Amino acid sequence: MWRAIFKREFTSYFTTPIALIFLTVFLILNGFFTFKLGRFYELGQADLKPFFLWHPWLYLFIVPAVSMRLWAEERKSGTIELLLTLPVSLMEAMAGKFLAAWAFLGVALLLTLPMAFTVGYLGRPDWGIIIAGYVGSFLMAGTYLAIGCAVSAATKSQVISFVISTSICLFLILLGFEPVVNVLLDAFPQGVVDQLANLSFPFHFDAVQRGVIDFRDVLYFLSVMVFALVSGVVLLERGKAD
Amino acid sequence: MTDTLQKKILIEARDLGRQFGSIKAVDGVSFTVRQGDVLGFLGPNGAGKSTTMKMLTSFLTPSQGKAFINGFDVVEDSIQSRKQFGYLPENAPLYEDMEVGDFLKFIMDVRGIAPELRKAAFDRVVGLTKIESILKQRIETLSKGYKRRVGLSQAIIHDPAILILDEPTDGLDPNQKHDVRELLRSMAAEKCIILSTHILEEVEAVCSRVVVITKGRIAADSTPRELCAAGQTLESVFRDLTKEGR
Repeated sequence: MWRAIFKREFTSYFTTPIALIFLTVFLILNGFFTFKLGRFYELGQADLKPFFLWHPWLYLFIVPAVSMRLWAEERKSGTIELLLTLPVSLMEAMAGKFLAAWAFLGVALLLTLPMAFTVGYLGRPDWGIIIAGYVGSFLMAGTYLAIGCAVSAATKSQVISFVISTSICLFLILLGFEPVVNVLLDAFPQGVVDQLANLSFPFHFDAVQRGVIDFRDVLYFLSVMVFALVSGVVLLERGKAD
Repeated sequence: MTDTLQKKILIEARDLGRQFGSIKAVDGVSFTVRQGDVLGFLGPNGAGKSTTMKMLTSFLTPSQGKAFINGFDVVEDSIQSRKQFGYLPENAPLYEDMEVGDFLKFIMDVRGIAPELRKAAFDRVVGLTKIESILKQRIETLSKGYKRRVGLSQAIIHDPAILILDEPTDGLDPNQKHDVRELLRSMAAEKCIILSTHILEEVEAVCSRVVVITKGRIAADSTPRELCAAGQTLESVFRDLTKEGR
């Protein structure tokens, strides 16, 4: 029955102003990052590197904005009692909500395709790399989202939900962020720092973005997603017993 | 009495209890409800009525005891047990951004009502709760009375044998209260209904049995008539029974 929940959640983005506002902001920010900060034109290269480069940072605050309401709003408005007394398992409810939000982020990402077409019009890009970039970006968005889902399951405050998920995601970015890695190298041996960097989003996203969809990178994203979603279910389960 | 003994037990609580930190919200209650019973769960605010209902509906996990819905354990077999009843939570929470018709279809989707039965189920509840005129309206634009009717519709859309209603008439005006009670009365014979309330006239109006609960314990389990046998009013009996709770 996760499909019923998926359908309701997905539709709700478009029956409320959320979709309109979110998609507008997402596209404007993407344009700003790509053309201004990424200096897309000045680089004169027919690829989407300056576009994907900023996605780990863009998702840092835009994805928690999508995930923060998923459970927190249900708790606040009391509809969680309606939902969880229907004959659905917590895992199904979590999956329905997560997949709806992920599909919504997928729609947002698809709306940036004109960027890819522009590159195709201006030059002769390597389409394989562009497709890999999109796949990587979508997987990474799902990972941020799964973390946000789990955090949202634990609170009825959307603000807390947003702040905590942003912090966790920031931590997972910084582990592989060069200035931070350099500091860590002063304190820990190379091997430890490498392992930590291995846990970070950019480490795996950069690899995929270069055009190689490696099984290990995909596995990384999927396993963080599953781990986060299962944690969310455990938090919901504990909420019933506390 | 022999008549009720033969009817099937549909809800059973055995020493059911729930603790929040050091506070015992429900402290070992046991009762059974049979088909055809309309059980009024009566008690002052904070007596443990809602907590008991939340445990019966698997929303909260009991910290002691067991409960069964049509024979299914609410913890061990919670999905099956949740298929047996319709539930109206306190204040009738609804997805406010949805249209009434879409909301009811969503409930049918989640409950997995077979495609060939959907239209009949939908039309039946829309007629019973008189909500034809608002099917295209967003729930957030509805009056309290209409929202409650939508809440009741979702609770009965799969025609469950068991209804669990937490303060179904709370906050409604007298006419709306009357409508809800009429609806309950019309369904009473073939269903097993448990409703919580702190309104005494409601118990007299619709309930065939009454359980008085105070401070998380059962103070009386009887019929409205027996409770008032000594010629007292239900109000004075209620006050006597719940004195400590105040």
